[in-house]
Amino acid sequence: MDVFLQQIVNGLSLGGIYALIALGYTMVYGIIELINFAHGDVYTFGTFTSLAVLTGLGVSGEVHGPWLIGVVALTIVASMLTCGALGVLIELLAYRRLRKAPRLAPLITAIGVSFILENVMQLWRGPSPIPFPQVIPNPSASLGGVEISAKQVVVVALAVVMMVALQLFIYNTKIGKAMRATAQDRDAAQLMGINVNTTIMVTFLVGSALAGAAGFVSGVYYGTTWFFNGFEAGLKAFTAAVLGGIGNIFGAMLGGFSIGLIEAIATQYIPQGAQWSNVVVFSVLVLVLIFRPSGLLGESLPEKV
Amino acid sequence: MSQRTKRVWLAALGVVLLAFPYIDRNNAHVDFMTNAGAFILLALGLNIVVGFAGLLDLGYAAFFAIGSYSYAMLASGQFNIHIPFWVMLFVASAIAAIFGILLGAPTLRLRGDYLAIVTLGFGEIVPQTFLNLSQYTNGPNGIISLDQPSFFGHAFGFSSATPYYYVLLALIALGVVVARNLRDSRLGRQWMAIREDELAARHMGIDTTVAKLSAFALGASFSGLAGVAYAAKLSLVSPDQFQFNVSVLVLSMLVLGGMGSIAGAIVGSFVLSFVNSFLLPQSTTLAHSIGLTGVDFTNYRYMIYGGILVGMMLFRPEGLIPSRQRRAELREALVDPVVSAQEQMEFEGGAR
Repeated sequence: MDVFLQQIVNGLSLGGIYALIALGYTMVYGIIELINFAHGDVYTFGTFTSLAVLTGLGVSGEVHGPWLIGVVALTIVASMLTCGALGVLIELLAYRRLRKAPRLAPLITAIGVSFILENVMQLWRGPSPIPFPQVIPNPSASLGGVEISAKQVVVVALAVVMMVALQLFIYNTKIGKAMRATAQDRDAAQLMGINVNTTIMVTFLVGSALAGAAGFVSGVYYGTTWFFNGFEAGLKAFTAAVLGGIGNIFGAMLGGFSIGLIEAIATQYIPQGAQWSNVVVFSVLVLVLIFRPSGLLGESLPEKV
Repeated sequence: MSQRTKRVWLAALGVVLLAFPYIDRNNAHVDFMTNAGAFILLALGLNIVVGFAGLLDLGYAAFFAIGSYSYAMLASGQFNIHIPFWVMLFVASAIAAIFGILLGAPTLRLRGDYLAIVTLGFGEIVPQTFLNLSQYTNGPNGIISLDQPSFFGHAFGFSSATPYYYVLLALIALGVVVARNLRDSRLGRQWMAIREDELAARHMGIDTTVAKLSAFALGASFSGLAGVAYAAKLSLVSPDQFQFNVSVLVLSMLVLGGMGSIAGAIVGSFVLSFVNSFLLPQSTTLAHSIGLTGVDFTNYRYMIYGGILVGMMLFRPEGLIPSRQRRAELREALVDPVVSAQEQMEFEGGAR
């Protein structure tokens, strides 16, 4: 039982990272129906940026006291801004022109952008895994046989805070309203005086900034990164977005935590689980897309003709 | 070019290709041509799925893996089964085709982009499965010393790539004939109808299930052939030969040449193979020889694939050697940016 509860805790913290990435997929898909394949690499770019900021600050190990908050806040903000800008740039250069092209055209450019970003990061930091400084002190507490570490609490807390903020942003601001309107019907939104281009740009900005936050968190959580990280994490986060119901913000959170749990439990209980956990997650993706493409929370929409 | 001059040129090209190992006696060049041949075969197969039927398959390397592993398991000391190479060509392409149907069937109801992601998922699951089932496949070490093909008692051997060169040349010739006939067949026209508008195609009485599954099966069978030839030539298989980047590489070849165009598939894969295994290493050597020891152009490979995908889709979605129909489809929806900017201005002006 303890082992099971332990895997629940591990799964939730993994899921927090997937959920943060999944939000970017779901927002972009919700608004322009594009699987932003490069999103996973934007997330890895966040880890790389955080690493660069920490190196710039001369941080190579645990930070204590008030400095900790300053360092963490500065790194996260820098990573979010960089990734946000990167996302906007990608949209501008690679997707905007293809907004009215057949659906597969922007998907193909998205794969291209993903490869370019991976190559850039490989040239930047080399092809091998890179250690990430353990900024946050990591004491762990034992709760009835279940170990909960500070890092895990930070991951889940940060993910929840970001999601609440996003929810407030989308439902309580004017630009959030514009995003919802554009997602519903782009042409009608334009006729109502909404600047669709700006709205889509903000969507990319926010989604990619969340990936930047996830990038920092995952660096701290795993203590290592490499240029190819985003492929697998991105695919899992996309699975999370689909599982929750693509286009649905709350669904992305739910999906993220579910995928984290599925992965942790598969790793524990399937013989040689660590080897098979990816197969399990991708099988979930395939099964959901086949049997319930609208996901857990999504409403089923007929294909737009 | 008239039909007649075209034929003359094609015949001349055929003669040059047949004589190539005797014109250029450098084994490295023949080896390069042979590897390029394997990719041409892959691109011809992917062209059936992506180009003709419009089903974006992002896990095509899975079938390449299935072809290679079929040969590795059925023609080596692994299980002490030694089926001859020539028989394995048929067997492996049949196995790949069956898997094409099995992995294609779940995607039938899916929309284009979801289909792409599901095939990508399968493309990850298949090599991972070969990696994990180590009691059958030796896991990460792969299977080594596969049987060497022989032709009427003459073993292919390892000293020269020439025998494999002719095998691939023959397979490509076969592939081109098959692809051309398919394209112009009833099935080929059904594929194009589905690609343009699936709903309309279904209403015209096309059995989209059969048509799509045939595309998956036929496309996969090509990579089964390529897999056998490639595995026999290397005499080994390992799971890391079939990663996602192989699927994307073949897709880039197709996008470069022109989706739906047979000549495009061939030229695209030849050009990209040339860049990959010739231009980049050679220019690196050149740079080193003039003192630029820090550069290694082969590190820019993925940027080149990615750049091709982005650049072509933005500026020439129909590819270098377009198929006429595909060009019309891909261009039709692209709005002239100047015109739309003007519309936008007028719209904003009117609203004020």
